Amino acid sequence: MMKKLIIGLFALLPSLTMAAGPSVPLMDANIDLKDNASLQRGAKLFMNYCLGCHQMQYQRYERTFRDIGIPTEIGQEQLIFDGSKVGSHIKNAIDKDDAAKWFGAAPPDLTLVARVRGTDWIYTYLKSFYKDESRPFGVNNVVFPSVGMPHVLQELQGLPTPITEEVEEHGHTVTKVVGVETDGSGEMSVDEYDRAARDLTNFLAYVGEPSRLESEALGLKVIGFLVILFILAFMLKKEYWRDVH
Amino acid sequence: MFGKIIGWIDDRIPMTRVWNMHIAQYPAPKNFNFWYFFGSLAMLVLVNQIVTGIWLTMNFVPSAEGAFASVEYIMRDVEYGWLLRYLHSTGASAFFIVVYLHMFRGMIYGSYQKPRELLWLFGMFIFLALMAEAFMGYLLPWGQMSFWGAQVIISLFGAIPVIGDDLTLWIRGDYVISGATLNRFFALHVIALPLVIVILVFLHIVALHEVGSNNPDGVEIKRKKGTVAEEDKSKFKFHEYYTNKKDIVDAIPFHPYYTVKDIVGVVGFLILFCWVVFFMPAMNGFFLEAPNFEAANPLKTPEHIFPVWYFTPFYAILRAIPNKLMGVVAMGASIVVLALLPWIDRGSVRSIRYRCGLHKLNIAQFVVTFVILGWVGATPQTDFKTLLSQITTVTYFMFFVLLFVYSKNEKTKPLPTRLTK
Repeated sequence: MMKKLIIGLFALLPSLTMAAGPSVPLMDANIDLKDNASLQRGAKLFMNYCLGCHQMQYQRYERTFRDIGIPTEIGQEQLIFDGSKVGSHIKNAIDKDDAAKWFGAAPPDLTLVARVRGTDWIYTYLKSFYKDESRPFGVNNVVFPSVGMPHVLQELQGLPTPITEEVEEHGHTVTKVVGVETDGSGEMSVDEYDRAARDLTNFLAYVGEPSRLESEALGLKVIGFLVILFILAFMLKKEYWRDVH
Repeated sequence: MFGKIIGWIDDRIPMTRVWNMHIAQYPAPKNFNFWYFFGSLAMLVLVNQIVTGIWLTMNFVPSAEGAFASVEYIMRDVEYGWLLRYLHSTGASAFFIVVYLHMFRGMIYGSYQKPRELLWLFGMFIFLALMAEAFMGYLLPWGQMSFWGAQVIISLFGAIPVIGDDLTLWIRGDYVISGATLNRFFALHVIALPLVIVILVFLHIVALHEVGSNNPDGVEIKRKKGTVAEEDKSKFKFHEYYTNKKDIVDAIPFHPYYTVKDIVGVVGFLILFCWVVFFMPAMNGFFLEAPNFEAANPLKTPEHIFPVWYFTPFYAILRAIPNKLMGVVAMGASIVVLALLPWIDRGSVRSIRYRCGLHKLNIAQFVVTFVILGWVGATPQTDFKTLLSQITTVTYFMFFVLLFVYSKNEKTKPLPTRLTK
């Protein structure tokens, strides 16, 4: 019985790591929420390439500009394209029903995507589009098979080609896409595109939880105070308890 | 002047008497250890939940259309709204952590045994009310896991023969989880259940103070009148309510000794609690599940549906049994047997310190069982895990069966006459 249990527990180990997430390992996004330059580049990428279809309906322009160090007037001028007031939510004019017809599903709101998917997933996703003529937009994605959207950053990255591998699955040999390889046709070099993907991921992580940095700064103060209070409380207890012992 | 005011009040309500009887001259065993922090911590978390809950209510919109957006409004636009929300969401998990440890304390030191059966039962009712409170609260953010978790749990009532379907309809107020469900859960979460919990906590403390606290030795500090020599009696002054009936040994007044000690426990707890609140409020998906950051969508079932971690041991018992009705029955039974502990344990020695080796082993296996069940209930099912959950479901109930059997004629160690350090 015990032996069976132990063998079983070991048999479980690989399935544990496989259970969560897609079939390919995710790349490390390695973002830095304190890097305002990166966040600003990410915001620019988002406003230019994503906002056409994806909203951030819970996040406001003004708050975003303030948090990532963009002066309001400059933000208003360079990053708000639809004439929205700076206090408004980051929205677009796309009609949900139309979008569902065009893409198969309405493009999801991206305010919280970093919290739903995780930053590593987003980073990997942005780098995992590849040429696939069988799809409506001619592209597919390694971490999001049969993805509905086109590769909107194609002009920056180019259109990568898939790296395939023959794998055994349930006794059959199947061809699987395990990675992508750049075709070098984009405006950016591989390193530049990696940085762009990281910047965009960083920005999405910020928008997912705009209070993160404020929370950590306040948290340090609160815990510092509590540690001192703990020492005092402990000494007070010792003093009182001298009559008991 | 101050004395005059106190006197004026005391003539009208028994302020000083209650203070002395229940705090300043309340006899508590002098040997409380680490495990005795969790009662006061549970009260602290309850206060945290009520206070942060009130402020969250000021900005929360209890409707299917507005709930999710209003939570994000709180997170982004309300001053320190993120802090209120994280204090409340982390507090929910912290509540279960301290309550589970508090219950475990009761189990290892036999605090449920005679004469504390009713005290234990009030505790179990608090646990039940707390589970209902947490379940209904989890629907309110109206995320994917809120919606589908509630869908799964409420559908369990449908397994009950004859009345099942009507019952689920009655609970939901609709044919599916909808705004109607959200509204009633909101009402129950912010008014009905907190009231029930506060009243039960009051009764729990009344019952505790009537019988007195147990302690890690499980030896009574209240002895029959006249059996204790004068020099052995506690040197502290206790309220005559206690000293008139019994002779008291090895006790100290709750205040100031345990108030100052509990402050240490409270601050120590707050350090850990604030660490989570400020640095990792999602706790890697255990306290705030990732799919719940997506608004509820009745047309899109998440890949895996899990309750939050504190329900997963019971959820694993439910899933271990292929038949839905029997699964629901087993899950219910797993909580009912806990409530029946005072009658299942037929021993007279309370503390694990003086009980037989088999009891120690049995408690150890129960802990392992509970942790495995929690893990299995929180992860996707595989054949192996289904088997594992079936084995641990058996060992869960085996704890109570074994206890019932060996406690009758248990070989125990001799009890000390006085409390040990």
